[in-house]
Amino acid sequence: MKTTVFKEKHEAMGAKMVSFAGFYMPVQFEGVNAEHETVRKALGVFDVSHMGEFWVEGPKALALIQRISSNDASVLTDGKVQYACFPNEQGGIVDDFLVYRFNDEKYLLVVNAANIDKDWAWVSKQNEKIGAVIKNASDDISQLAVQGPLALKAMQKLTSEPIEDMPYYTFKVLEFAGVDNVILSTTGYTGSGGCEIYFENKDGLKIYDAVLEAGAEFGIKPIGLAARDTLRLEMGFCLYGNDINDTTSPIEAGLGWITKFAEGKDFINRENLLKQKTEGVSRKLVGFQMIDKGIPRQHYAIVDAEGNNIGEVTSGTMAPSLKVGIGMGYVKPAFAKAGTEIFIDIRGKALKAEVVKLPFYKG
Amino acid sequence: MNFPEDLLYTKDHEWIKIEGENATVGITDFAQKELGDIVYVEVDTVGETLDKEETFGTIEAVKTVSDLFMPLSGEVTEFNEELESTPDVVNKDPYGEGWIIKMKLSDASETNELLTPAQYKELVGA
Repeated sequence: MKTTVFKEKHEAMGAKMVSFAGFYMPVQFEGVNAEHETVRKALGVFDVSHMGEFWVEGPKALALIQRISSNDASVLTDGKVQYACFPNEQGGIVDDFLVYRFNDEKYLLVVNAANIDKDWAWVSKQNEKIGAVIKNASDDISQLAVQGPLALKAMQKLTSEPIEDMPYYTFKVLEFAGVDNVILSTTGYTGSGGCEIYFENKDGLKIYDAVLEAGAEFGIKPIGLAARDTLRLEMGFCLYGNDINDTTSPIEAGLGWITKFAEGKDFINRENLLKQKTEGVSRKLVGFQMIDKGIPRQHYAIVDAEGNNIGEVTSGTMAPSLKVGIGMGYVKPAFAKAGTEIFIDIRGKALKAEVVKLPFYKG
Repeated sequence: MNFPEDLLYTKDHEWIKIEGENATVGITDFAQKELGDIVYVEVDTVGETLDKEETFGTIEAVKTVSDLFMPLSGEVTEFNEELESTPDVVNKDPYGEGWIIKMKLSDASETNELLTPAQYKELVGA
């Protein structure tokens, strides 16, 4: 199993460690609810070094990205970040990822840990006829996410470049905690603001210590993967492997907003996805909140008032900020409208829930 | 980790305190730590007579659901209803305020099959 440079540090801080996506990662420190609240109200630091990073460079860089990405990277300017997915040829999703534009011939793709090998094979294959210069830097780069309303204020102490007013989904390359060439982006997976910071493995511990020290006066705490999941689910953010996978289309998953049928952008599966967008789909990913008392879980059946199966839960939890069971799942389109009453089969009992607009947590 | 001497234990990480033909049941300190923050305890078997190892309820942490098993055969006589509004008491005080059910034993001889504090401690490797 792979480890990150922070393993010993996490163990010393009392982390409960688990295997996740082939990495030995902290799932919890003081407790998921307390960690969740720390991020919503102050700031927390997550080790997300397991994420993968691919460089795409050279004169053909944009051509490759436009072919493999659902989104339109041609609209990016230097220092901007974009969320996108790789559609596959069968109408599913290879992975979801972020694109960073450094200049017109240099981009960084950030992908999910569990999919690094699959994505690298996919990107390499698609690049055969295009010829961009690509490099898998996943093993060389470490990443910390510092998330929460006080995150940027605390991290400002570690750099002379102004970061507190950076717009959402932008980045800078700067000197941070005495380390050159650190990438800091105003991105994240929590909905509470903050940044994600990329650097070489060798600088990891120095940066981690500086982050903890700078955040101390604001109440920073280390946060595990369990709270990362409850935070993202309260925002209705998709998790690859749960809510999206090789068989779910971006249109079904509500990712139409990152699926851009721009003139002349011939991306993989474009025709099929355009057809889905214009003609409709047979299932849609929705968010729902429990009305009856209960907690939805992945793979529970979704049924209608008569008990007919209408779908399946893809993610579910007790929402720590909202104190109610929430979930996401695919349902037949007739049940996808906000306000629709649905039922979740929770261990044999059909418990009432309501389709709601995302995000669940509105800050 | 805490293993009170006046309790008996099961391999399913429950504790039982026997007082004559009545008993109180909960989950162990080890179990609550493994589960993490407990967010829901459901018991709808009050009044039912169940066999040893039958499910009498469920306990849910943020990330997982676990069944609760009868440590001994008998009738479920009471559910700790405080847990409906404050399930986290199971984390804070698993052997005290966090008790889950009270039961009436139907076969006291089964008690011999439970684990002693020392045996349970060995089971969890503490």
